[in-house]
Amino acid sequence: MTNIAVTAAPLSAPPAALPARLAKGFVNRLVIIIPYLWLLFFFLIPFIIVFKISLSQTAISMPPYTPVLDFSDGISGFLAGFRELNFDNYTWLTQDALYFNAYVTSLIIAAISTMLTLIVGYPIAYGMARAPATIRPTLLMLVILPFWTSFLIRVYAWIGILKPEGLLNQLLMSLHIISQPLVILNTYTAIFIGIVYSYLPFMVLPLYSSLEKMDYSLVEAAEDLGCPPIGAFWKITFPLSLPGVVAGCLLVFIPAVGEFVIPDLLGGSQTLMIGKTLWNEFFSNRDWPVSSAVAVILLLVLTIPIMFFQQAQAKAQEQGR
Amino acid sequence: MKSLGSIRRDFAPWNDPNAKPYIQFDKVTKKFGDFTAVNNLSLTIFEREFFALLGASGCGKSTLLRMLAGFEEPTAGRILLDGQDLRGIPPYKRPVNMMFQSYALFPHMTVEKNIAFGLKQERMPGSDIEKRVAEMLKLVKLEQFAKRKPHQLSGGQRQRVALARSVAKRPKVLLLDEPLGALDKKLREETQFELMDLQQELGLTFVVVTHDQEEAMTMADRIAIMDKGEVMQVATPAEIYEAPTSRFVAHFVGNVNMFEGKVAEHTANATRITGATGAEIVVDNGGKAAAGSDIVFAIRPEKIKVSSKKPADAVNALEGEVYDVAYLGDMTVYHIKLDDGQIVRASALNASRVTEDPLTWNDRAWVSFRPDAGVVLTR
Repeated sequence: MTNIAVTAAPLSAPPAALPARLAKGFVNRLVIIIPYLWLLFFFLIPFIIVFKISLSQTAISMPPYTPVLDFSDGISGFLAGFRELNFDNYTWLTQDALYFNAYVTSLIIAAISTMLTLIVGYPIAYGMARAPATIRPTLLMLVILPFWTSFLIRVYAWIGILKPEGLLNQLLMSLHIISQPLVILNTYTAIFIGIVYSYLPFMVLPLYSSLEKMDYSLVEAAEDLGCPPIGAFWKITFPLSLPGVVAGCLLVFIPAVGEFVIPDLLGGSQTLMIGKTLWNEFFSNRDWPVSSAVAVILLLVLTIPIMFFQQAQAKAQEQGR
Repeated sequence: MKSLGSIRRDFAPWNDPNAKPYIQFDKVTKKFGDFTAVNNLSLTIFEREFFALLGASGCGKSTLLRMLAGFEEPTAGRILLDGQDLRGIPPYKRPVNMMFQSYALFPHMTVEKNIAFGLKQERMPGSDIEKRVAEMLKLVKLEQFAKRKPHQLSGGQRQRVALARSVAKRPKVLLLDEPLGALDKKLREETQFELMDLQQELGLTFVVVTHDQEEAMTMADRIAIMDKGEVMQVATPAEIYEAPTSRFVAHFVGNVNMFEGKVAEHTANATRITGATGAEIVVDNGGKAAAGSDIVFAIRPEKIKVSSKKPADAVNALEGEVYDVAYLGDMTVYHIKLDDGQIVRASALNASRVTEDPLTWNDRAWVSFRPDAGVVLTR
């Protein structure tokens, strides 16, 4: 009997000291709070300000819109200003076909560029994932290497390549492939080239990570069961890399829709994209309220794919992979 | 009639000089850069045989299997299947299927789609596929899991799906790469017998790669013991255990005691061996070793008797003292330190609950064995 009592005693060990547990809980919460604070101060509050501006009217003043909400006139002054806010700028966006066309063109250009980036990026990612493990870090480094140079300079360099008397035309003409220089600069083609070039790493990296994770014996199993290599790719490799495809496409598509630098430098004045429209509205017309409305709508347009992305991610996680 | 081991075998095409070989490795060499994985290896496997390749990791057994499946091509030599040279035939055109060590189940497909995959590649009509899949699910007792994805199954269930998928096409040869490696001990033992039943039922030729000697001994008709890309011995489990032809094989499978010595003389039906320290051993199967040559006498622990007094009728008896005793329940293992310093391992089956001749640490003891209890090894 005494034996049982002795062995039973250590089983009811005292719980961990309460203050220590509280401190641990506090640290855990602090870690979560930091990103939320970041989002609050650098996303949510600026967005509310932009949204408020989008409900205002232009004015020749500093800042160039009315009414400016402030409490210097007391609560009644604030409320009077508040009542002046309206959705006129949004109505305006629907009345001028320019904006609608700019949004649609941007979405189409972004979609085509995303497809092109996927077509170029997939073989690169596949090759990297199947390369010997010893050289993979080097290949990964090479993909990231362009980031060491300024994005602006790299896009600028494409002007030198694509212009009528540029490197590409000189090369093709010296090889007697063409007799007249190709007009690429200041066309949509130049925008596609620019976007594919600039966003390729964002496509390759998620693709690489999902392809590299994949067990190659799955492909061997498919071949063993009578499936030729090309069939095995479409039935096994590609479906299993879909999370990477989705992630890569969204990482390219979302910023490509609002892209400003590439259409401005490579697309010239003939091409229409919403990022450029927004820039013109803001800096040339100095119409802050309308450009804010353009920005808010753009954000809404982009939130939808992000939501799809998150859903896809949640689904992938639920599958435990 | 005397026979090695405890089982009488009716299936023994390897003893029949007229039997047609089914799989032939003919002087096969495989090199990866400077590393020779398989070295000038020749091996014959017969139809309906359950053949095991047994060896430590890196001995080349998996490479051999992968060459048979077509994932690797031999650097030199030929592999013949049913008389056909397999060189240049890609994996998807070979009439062999493989069950992978990792199972390699397609994670995005249900159990039935996994099993149907190979059949669809054959362009089998849909209704036939359905029938075959149902048959396979029944065979591995997974009927109610047909719509599950692999990640919703336990390890044992996944193993059975992999098995069903690899036999669904009725291959000429089924290759199994460590088929039971990922299962826990109890499930592994059950599955060993299931695999044997399945092989009987389907009448297929199985080639299994394993590093687990118990697994190979239980399941295989014949075992090839491999080391450094070479086959050390190909024989039935009983022959491997009772008549190893080399020190490596004797050591690799089970426990063994080795006595270094010289062949002193051959008489009409016995061979006298002088141990390194002068002790003498008489065996009746000393065979080929020339008189005066250095040999090793190998004997399994359970064939050595331990007693406190020298048995009157013993041909071979050596004296020493009890160095260690381990009581394991079903048997007791003794380590006896002979007077010449060598430690002999002997195991005694506890056939009754009481023992007449109890021994403990530091007791004087005799180890004795019959003239046919061990083998003489020359290499």
